[in-house]
Amino acid sequence: MGRRVVITGLGVVSPNGIGIPAFLDAIRQGISGIRYMPEFERLNFNCHVTGMPHFDMDELRAYLSDVTLNGLKAVGIGYGVKAALDAWTDSGSPVDTDEPRWETGCVFGSSVGEPEVVKRVITRVDAGEARKLGSRVVEQMMNSGVTAYISGRLALGNRVITNSAACATGTQAILMGYDYIKQGQAKRMLVGSTEHVDSYIFGTFDSMRVLARKFNHLPEKASRPMSATACGFVPGSGAGAMILEDLDFALERKANIYAELAGGATNSGGQRRGGTMTAPGSQGIIKCIADALADACVAPGSIDLVCGHLTATAADTLEIRNWARALDRHGDDLPLINSLKSMIGHCLSAAGSIESVAAVLQIVHGFVHPNINLEDPDPEILEVAAPEKLPVTMIEKEINTVAKANFGFGDVNTCLIFSKYNHNG
Amino acid sequence: MDRREILDELKKVLWPYTENKALLDGVNEHTDLVNDLKINSANLVDIIIDAESKYNIEIDMDSAEKMITVGNCIDVITEKMNARK
Repeated sequence: MGRRVVITGLGVVSPNGIGIPAFLDAIRQGISGIRYMPEFERLNFNCHVTGMPHFDMDELRAYLSDVTLNGLKAVGIGYGVKAALDAWTDSGSPVDTDEPRWETGCVFGSSVGEPEVVKRVITRVDAGEARKLGSRVVEQMMNSGVTAYISGRLALGNRVITNSAACATGTQAILMGYDYIKQGQAKRMLVGSTEHVDSYIFGTFDSMRVLARKFNHLPEKASRPMSATACGFVPGSGAGAMILEDLDFALERKANIYAELAGGATNSGGQRRGGTMTAPGSQGIIKCIADALADACVAPGSIDLVCGHLTATAADTLEIRNWARALDRHGDDLPLINSLKSMIGHCLSAAGSIESVAAVLQIVHGFVHPNINLEDPDPEILEVAAPEKLPVTMIEKEINTVAKANFGFGDVNTCLIFSKYNHNG
Repeated sequence: MDRREILDELKKVLWPYTENKALLDGVNEHTDLVNDLKINSANLVDIIIDAESKYNIEIDMDSAEKMITVGNCIDVITEKMNARK
């Protein structure tokens, strides 16, 4: 059956917890990371809440040299470096080396060069002071900045790529790393994605009127996937990272194996038949899920848990219908379904990686995290899914196989199938 | 400001760009920024920008190219400070 790909390290910077122990505790307990932002009210946004990690760039002192950290202003790069290096250390490998690690590459996703950093450039250039910008701006403005910082710190010498596919970025990065190992081009890939939603990114979504605006004074209630009172999504920031390895490579170095990435698929609905720039088409989604299952050689009936995209918009109902059709499982035969976004909001480019870290943790520790704020499930969703399939409290349960999907602007879909690691396949 | 004072001030400018801070203890006029202090050559741009703001001077491209050793830097800074008077 060819090469197998396993997960040997995890790292996360999430609005509800930085580092795996804090994050694991938060998702078990259903702790919200959504908070009120006075600045967003001052800027006349409709939505005044966001998922923002309690992160200080000074936390990177243990990760980067003082000289490197001194000029680093891009917060998204900071999240990415922290999550990636934590995943690396978690996988049991030393950070420092003088030799490039030719067998190991990196696919780390990012949506844009941070507008706050770009603003400094624009201000200087417009004032005729380009010469005062200094040497550190380009590396932080380029979309591949996060990948460059990570791969440089760890001397990664295989494929080093920054991907970008809107809200499907994170899961797509993981799938790209999987493909390179599966095809024999790399033995090990550091994969993940980052997003820092500053007021400029936030503003662009706010103007589309797709953000939750009715819970500005109840931040923890604002992100309500699948709820009848859902009124839009809550943007979030952070980064997720994992180490993928060729199983033989991992066994040889006696690495701790968390789970297996059994397979996956990414496609586009072509922005046809219901798919548009901003809305995913059902046909593409259903095909993507079916292709992922086929790639993983997993039967639809074996899926124990669906970690959905489920952002808390009108698209949630369609997504649940699409899962039911793709798996041909309905009502009380559907797998359990949850959305991490109920706790951390929609972390855009970082959504897929943070949510995938959560998916793996649920397999490793045998639980299903709650959907918080789902005291009032949407009646249209209940026509498709039995209410007990949408848990509102944490369930302790052996989880063998998880389907994790994300859908992004441009009608881009990605679905990953994670499974419990079993040496005999 | 004499050369000794400028050197002491210059050490503070170089500090954030010097990975191994101990190297700054032995700085003299012959110290080469890149070869002796191991400063990343890309950061010379930042050192010049910081020096401009610290001494309230402007260092043109031609002068900047001369700033290889600490002594060279003091020469340029002194020249630009005198030109300002």
